[in-house]
Amino acid sequence: MSDTSTDTARRKAWMGQLAKAPHGRVAALLDQAVDRPAFTWLRAPEIGSTMVRGRAGGTGAPFNLGEMTITRCALTLADGTVGHAYLQGRRKSDAEAAALVDALMQTDLAATVESAVLAPLAEETKAAKAARAAKAAATKVDFFTMVRGED
Amino acid sequence: MYVAVKGGERAIENAHAWLAEERRGDPSVQELSLDQIREQLALAVNRVMAEGSLYDPDLAALAIKQARGDLIEAIFLIRAYRTTLPRFGASAPIDTGAMACDRRISATFKDLPGGQILGPTFDYTHRLLDFKLAADGEVPEAPMRAAEADDVPHVTDFLNREGLIEEAPQDDTPPPDLTREPLEMPADHALRLQALTRADEGFTLGLAYSTQRGYARNHAFVGELRIGSVPVELDIPELGFAVEIGEITVTECETVNQFKGSKTEPPQFTRGYGLVFGQTERKAISMALVDRALRWEELGEDFVGAPAQDTEFVLYHADNIQATGFLEHIKLPHYVDFQAELELVRKLRRDAGARDMQEAAE
Repeated sequence: MSDTSTDTARRKAWMGQLAKAPHGRVAALLDQAVDRPAFTWLRAPEIGSTMVRGRAGGTGAPFNLGEMTITRCALTLADGTVGHAYLQGRRKSDAEAAALVDALMQTDLAATVESAVLAPLAEETKAAKAARAAKAAATKVDFFTMVRGED
Repeated sequence: MYVAVKGGERAIENAHAWLAEERRGDPSVQELSLDQIREQLALAVNRVMAEGSLYDPDLAALAIKQARGDLIEAIFLIRAYRTTLPRFGASAPIDTGAMACDRRISATFKDLPGGQILGPTFDYTHRLLDFKLAADGEVPEAPMRAAEADDVPHVTDFLNREGLIEEAPQDDTPPPDLTREPLEMPADHALRLQALTRADEGFTLGLAYSTQRGYARNHAFVGELRIGSVPVELDIPELGFAVEIGEITVTECETVNQFKGSKTEPPQFTRGYGLVFGQTERKAISMALVDRALRWEELGEDFVGAPAQDTEFVLYHADNIQATGFLEHIKLPHYVDFQAELELVRKLRRDAGARDMQEAAE
């Protein structure tokens, strides 16, 4: 039971990571690491939208904020492993690469794919986020009190 | 007599061909690419995504190019495209408390956890034209400073601890969706927020300004304004769990408003809320002010007849695509309508003339 929930948490994490990678990046890393395995489409890449919700006051009842475009697909490897991808934007080739990585992560190639695709992606995402956070931090106001007359 | 008229196909075709040529402008000037629009006219792209109600910067850039920079026309194109997309469910509500903030300021507390982060703002610029931009200028990279990994809590949380501000208790009622059901009155809070977040920026700004000038005054402070990216999580039915499908940039404004108390509520601060796609600060603040004004009924305040308090007036006139559609249709042929009006006025004048003659004779 705990195994299943750890597996789910791990898969959830890598699917999120793949979805947020920049355009073309997953495919480039995947093709460097392995030859793409043969697969059949369970659901060919399709573009749609999802309604993004917010909460009133940030914490209250949900409301519909607006839609965002998304691409999804599902594929089956020769051994029957199924890979899924759901990601932001209209990016069919990225969805295909993400679904392949999702499938391969459930096979014997998991360790290879993890070190050659997921690890560099994590590094790159971390660096990009850190750079942005550092620019924001540089605009943080340091207040200081002027010497007052009555002292 | 009704006469059916056809024609104009050739004129229309030629008009569109000329439009394409004018859109391109002088061919000796380099053509604008979508990447340039997305990266360098980002705030126009954000407005089109917010009011088009579809988060996709590439599509918004295309719409702006196609519309020759007419943002309402671009929003129209995005709204039309949106209707062609199949809907794959709705996301979990985004958690703005977990935002990676580019900007976060409070006008009510100077020293607050997480600090005042100005971000890439026009505030404090001198609003003087910068002629350096007229020449191609390389921009140096912005300074960096080690970021603390602190939480950046919502300002309203501090006031909540003292019980000085009304709470926004969590509640998971599925919200109504005005893209699926026509907007009808009475509109609950969730429906009003959906209508306001996609409302015309100018209209929302004008109404918000009217509340500041005294029409349903509720004296708003910007408790907090934050801009940054948040992950979007979608439940995947075939997997049985939710995954993050991407990140979007949003602007959130929470106002803290004076409130003397009413028959039903104790004296406390009340809240207005604005949440808008993209970096869209003016719109988010305007939305929060109008949201607060529209809440008069649930707070037991008096209706003073101000436009910003009138839910029906606000929501039915806030959508620029509905407004422009109805407004601009009057330039299309109304030959038959007008013919009838013409006949009527002629008849009235004939009758009035006949009456005058008769009176003169008597």
